[in-house]
Amino acid sequence: MKKHFYLPILLFLQTTVIIAQQVKPDANNAGLKLPAGFGALKVADNLGSARHIAITPQGDIFVKLGDLKDGKGIYWLHDSNKDGKADKMLGFGDYGGTGMYLKGNYLYASSNTEVVRYKLANDYSVDTTGEKIITGLLDRGEHESKSIVLDKDDNIYVNVGAYSNSCQEQDRQEGSMGKKPCPILDSAGGIWQFKADKENQTYGDAIHYATGLRNVVGLDWNTQTNTLFVMQHGRDQLADNFPTYFNVKQSAELPAECMYELHKGSNCGWPYIYYDEFQHKKMLAPEYGGDGKKTGGEDAQNPIVAFPGHMAPDGLLFYTGNMFPEKYKNGAFIAFHGSWNRAPEPQKGYFVAFVPFKDGKPSGDWEIFADGFSGKTTVTSPSQAVHRPCGLAQGPDGSLYVSDDAKGTIYRIIYTAK
Amino acid sequence: MKKLSVVIIIITCAVCAASTQPAQTSKQKGSAIYKKYCLTCHQADGSGVPRMNPPLIKTSYITGDKSKLIKWVLQGSVEKVAIDGQNYSNNMPPQKNLTDQQIADVLTYIRSSFGNKSPAITSTDVKTVRASIN
Ligand code: HEC
Repeated sequence: MKKHFYLPILLFLQTTVIIAQQVKPDANNAGLKLPAGFGALKVADNLGSARHIAITPQGDIFVKLGDLKDGKGIYWLHDSNKDGKADKMLGFGDYGGTGMYLKGNYLYASSNTEVVRYKLANDYSVDTTGEKIITGLLDRGEHESKSIVLDKDDNIYVNVGAYSNSCQEQDRQEGSMGKKPCPILDSAGGIWQFKADKENQTYGDAIHYATGLRNVVGLDWNTQTNTLFVMQHGRDQLADNFPTYFNVKQSAELPAECMYELHKGSNCGWPYIYYDEFQHKKMLAPEYGGDGKKTGGEDAQNPIVAFPGHMAPDGLLFYTGNMFPEKYKNGAFIAFHGSWNRAPEPQKGYFVAFVPFKDGKPSGDWEIFADGFSGKTTVTSPSQAVHRPCGLAQGPDGSLYVSDDAKGTIYRIIYTAK
Repeated sequence: MKKLSVVIIIITCAVCAASTQPAQTSKQKGSAIYKKYCLTCHQADGSGVPRMNPPLIKTSYITGDKSKLIKWVLQGSVEKVAIDGQNYSNNMPPQKNLTDQQIADVLTYIRSSFGNKSPAITSTDVKTVRASIN
């Protein structure tokens, strides 16, 4: 029952000027608001829950879907006439998931419990048989998506999100206190490091690389610092669960969504603390005796960047391309899926942000790079958003690709000014 | 004559208030309970959060059997039950700490808001279901 198909070979003639068309932004930049000089187009549309994406050196796109579309969980998109629009599409993989990463001659994909790698031929056509490299990861239906990235030495890093908001005795119940110590942290709420080329690895084969991370969806390997950077989804419901200490407005704003730079053994403090970006402090979580004033987490590391609360960072990418102006080189793009936890206050996020970096450290404030995904001026509840940014990838020419898991649009952002 | 008509008006008003007020009050009280205990997850317009928290708009639970709905809200869910064919990635905390009247009020509010048009739920309904699961 081996299912083999090789995707069409792109011939060496790809540079032939006569057939190659110019990639142009769509009218109105596909609805996106961008800095001057940038343009955007829709590469593909209506793919459904398009989570993370990966791009081959020839510009083909692999998309991982959360829910199957026509029975398939991964789609290969190809643009034959080089006008920027995908005109060929093939699906494979019968599982939903989030992770999609490409390095060398392998494509890596994750379900909510496993990681599979697919061999790519020299022309980047894919052998859809797949080889299970990681299995048995915890999925208890909350923060269950697994994101993946590789380092230079072919180690693969996988997040396992905590199946809880703040490790309460009763998840999300008003007044329920935190378990001490939090038992979830032995197999979730952190990052595990595996080998990219070994079959059927489980927790026992892995290095428990980092802990105290509630849920990570966006992560990337920074090739300048040679370290792993992650975006944590901060805890929810401070006012719902501890109304004596937090009002609705504070609960909408706190805690920060944090970027961390990780090393082997990193601890970012969840569930015992959260980060308050107004006080610039690690605060003791109310489940562990906090009251919005007491600090904590002396052993926990500080974030590299703190963003407004609940915006849900689902994609992280360090830009190494040459298309965008110098300012963007080595900086971080973050896809914010958009909040729900700010209700009844207006929601926030639903954009791609940018943080400039110099010598491996942020060199300026974060800013909104691409906005307008939601199609609304204000989103009060997430179902109003037409598109929600999720995955990010860099094309071979330096274009930035953004996936949307509400409608399944793949955007390509290009720099058009000379 | 004058006196009599005033008395009649007073009586009529008292009667009409008695018949319409309770339903009104239950829905109004339910709205406040919704804001405090349900809104963050299910959102102000009941539309939920895609793939995270289900909508409370014309779902089979909202429009269906009262007891099943009451039981769900009392017990919450960590089991990841598909709602009308869709999975949701969150837990719902049990609401058993709310009184029978509060559960009746919030469900009456939900069943007559967000485009829903299902009959009210009484505290007796809730009491019966609570007794059956304890
Ligand atoms: C922490 C978030 C959260 C809170 C607070 C919450 N719910 Fe839920 N609710 C959920 C989730 C998640 C599900 C679906 C769980 C599943 O599919 O297993 C759900 C399902 C439901 C359902 C059944 C499915 C449907 O959509 O019809 C009803 C009814 C419901 N909730 C009502 C309420 C009411 C009433 C309150 C307040 C008293 C409330 N919920 C508070 C998260 C929440």
